Amino acid sequence: MSARTSVEKQAEPIEGSRFFGRLWRGRVVVVTALCVVVVLALSVLGILAGSSSLSFSDVVVTLLGGGTSGQELIVFDLRLPRVVGGVAVGAALGLAGALTQTFARNPLATPDILGVTSGAALGAVAAIVLAGGSYSVAAGLLSLGLPAVAAIGALLTAAVVYGLAWRGGVDSYRLILIGIGATAALGGITSYLIARAQITEAAAAAQWLVGSLSGISWASVWPVLVVLLVVTPIAVLQSSSLDISQLGDDLSTGLGVAVQRHRVVVIMCAVLLTAAAVSASGPIEFVAFVAPQIARRMARTGRPPLLASALMGAVIVVGGDALVRGVLPGEVPVGIITAIIGAPYLIWLLTRRKERESYA
Amino acid sequence: MTATSVPQAASPTAGAPALEARGVTLSYEKTSIFENLDLRIEEGEVTTLIGANGSGKSTLLKAFGRLLVPSAGSMELGGQPLRSLPTRAVAKQLAILPQKPVTPSATTVRDLVSRGRHPHQSLFQPWTPSDSRVVNESLAATGLSELADRDTASLSGGQLQRAWIALVLAQQSPIILLDEPTTFLDLSHQLDVLRLVRSINRERGATVVMVLHDLTLAGRYSDRLVVVGEGKVIADGKPWEVLTPEVLRRAFDLEALVIADPTSGSPLIVPVDPDDHRIELGT
Ligand SMILES: Nc1ncnc2c1ncn2[C@@H]1O[C@H](COP(=O)(O)OP(=O)(O)OP(=O)(O)O)[C@@H](O)[C@H]1O
Ligand SMILES: [Mg+2]
Repeated sequence: MSARTSVEKQAEPIEGSRFFGRLWRGRVVVVTALCVVVVLALSVLGILAGSSSLSFSDVVVTLLGGGTSGQELIVFDLRLPRVVGGVAVGAALGLAGALTQTFARNPLATPDILGVTSGAALGAVAAIVLAGGSYSVAAGLLSLGLPAVAAIGALLTAAVVYGLAWRGGVDSYRLILIGIGATAALGGITSYLIARAQITEAAAAAQWLVGSLSGISWASVWPVLVVLLVVTPIAVLQSSSLDISQLGDDLSTGLGVAVQRHRVVVIMCAVLLTAAAVSASGPIEFVAFVAPQIARRMARTGRPPLLASALMGAVIVVGGDALVRGVLPGEVPVGIITAIIGAPYLIWLLTRRKERESYA
Repeated sequence: MTATSVPQAASPTAGAPALEARGVTLSYEKTSIFENLDLRIEEGEVTTLIGANGSGKSTLLKAFGRLLVPSAGSMELGGQPLRSLPTRAVAKQLAILPQKPVTPSATTVRDLVSRGRHPHQSLFQPWTPSDSRVVNESLAATGLSELADRDTASLSGGQLQRAWIALVLAQQSPIILLDEPTTFLDLSHQLDVLRLVRSINRERGATVVMVLHDLTLAGRYSDRLVVVGEGKVIADGKPWEVLTPEVLRRAFDLEALVIADPTSGSPLIVPVDPDDHRIELGT
């Protein structure tokens, strides 16, 4: 362990902030605070970045209500929803990832393995592709809006996966295997739909599948914010049970955790967060996987810290989107950037896993 | 390791609630391991379950610890069905160390042991100095004070086993269930753990139910032995009543001599290998 820990131990051997020491190690607080600062800074950058150049003072004046109507349109209806949406989507994915990685005790267990993402993708792609044909059902669905259709697909799939995994209780391992199976099957159907679609619809579907904040509006940001505000406190209340659950189902029960109830709550939180995020922006790759792992390494905790993971997700998505708009030419979807950063990280994590088993 | 320093219970709980199996059937999927089993654990005693591999010792212990729900009959704690009691309330009465706990990653020994305090905490009952004291006492009792800040992943098998025992001690429950608490331990540490168990039993009045494989140690440190096999209790009683060549033959398919241990007077089991030359004992 680090030198810091042993120094701290000498400073307060028994008493003092042991409660804090358990739930809120000093390092977690620092990392969380740091993430807040970075998210705020990137958000400001995000509001500034874009094709029509607004100066910092223009933006501040507009935010305070003194801008021209053109400036107001750009700031309030284009850039602000995109930045707030990025924060919300990133936070939802980061928190969902922290929850699934913790309950499955496996850093590779992202919310995708619950089938949520592939369900959302199938819903959205089906709506896009089939609406082009003369299927009235699909047209009806699409009239609900693409996010709603994606959310329905996500929740239905999660329910089916959970139902199939149920055998007088849900075992994490079984749930993951069934989730992977569902993901593969739904992915196949999605590919089939795209393959037989008209070229314009296929392009639209492919674009949705990459995950992007470019089309986001307040209408799709609000649901994510609401889900985040409702789910985050529920998830945080599960913190101590999440700690205990790392000891396995038997010992957790012995220590007074109602394991199955706890698991249902955690999974529902992860599913709602992922469904909300994916519906709003499409699947932004690797955020749910990478954010909790970075947060955990920075905070040096046994499992991903929940709030820090959420904030780290926000940092990645908002930062990636600012990069896409401010630095890169053309409109590269943010999902491409996160995949380009995330995939090498995954490989690095896998190669490192052996040497540092305890942190993997 | 000072086996004598036992974590002081907040109130030395005399009279642990009784633990009793009433006509229980214990099964996995379709195969039932025990049918219609009755077994009462006497309060304030050290009861050890012995039996061959796969005979159902862990199954029985898990049922007493509510980790396995009987398919028929009921497990009772203080006269009430275990299933009807809130799991956190049970956790204050009863601690169980399963045979195969999962070692968490990037966790220090102290953190691990601290989790034993979980049943005593809630949103409105945060960590207090007395929780820290209990954790420190549990670490000291298992000889882990020096290793408190080590990562659990870096411990030897025996050190880790002692950390699990410390966790269970920190739970401070009047009933303690231990599945093979001495596995991975060298003989001297096995003795330490068993002496610790006995001192918790004597000083705190704790009821202990454990599974052991070393029959001699089981006989030496238990008030009562329960031999399981053939899907039922084969023998049940004081060590000298139970550890007879007949019972050993039936339960373990083992030929053995049972003689008095010259240091403790408890039964000493000497397995007989037919290939060895028989040496006339004593006379
Ligand atoms: N989860 C399980 N699912 C199905 N069968 C099981 C399960 N756990 C145990 N069994 C079976 O139940 C029987 C009793 O197992 P148990 O673990 O209680 O034995 P044990 O007496 O503790 O053995 P050991 O001394 O090897 O620990 C064995 O035949 C075993 O194969
Ligand atoms: Mg066993």
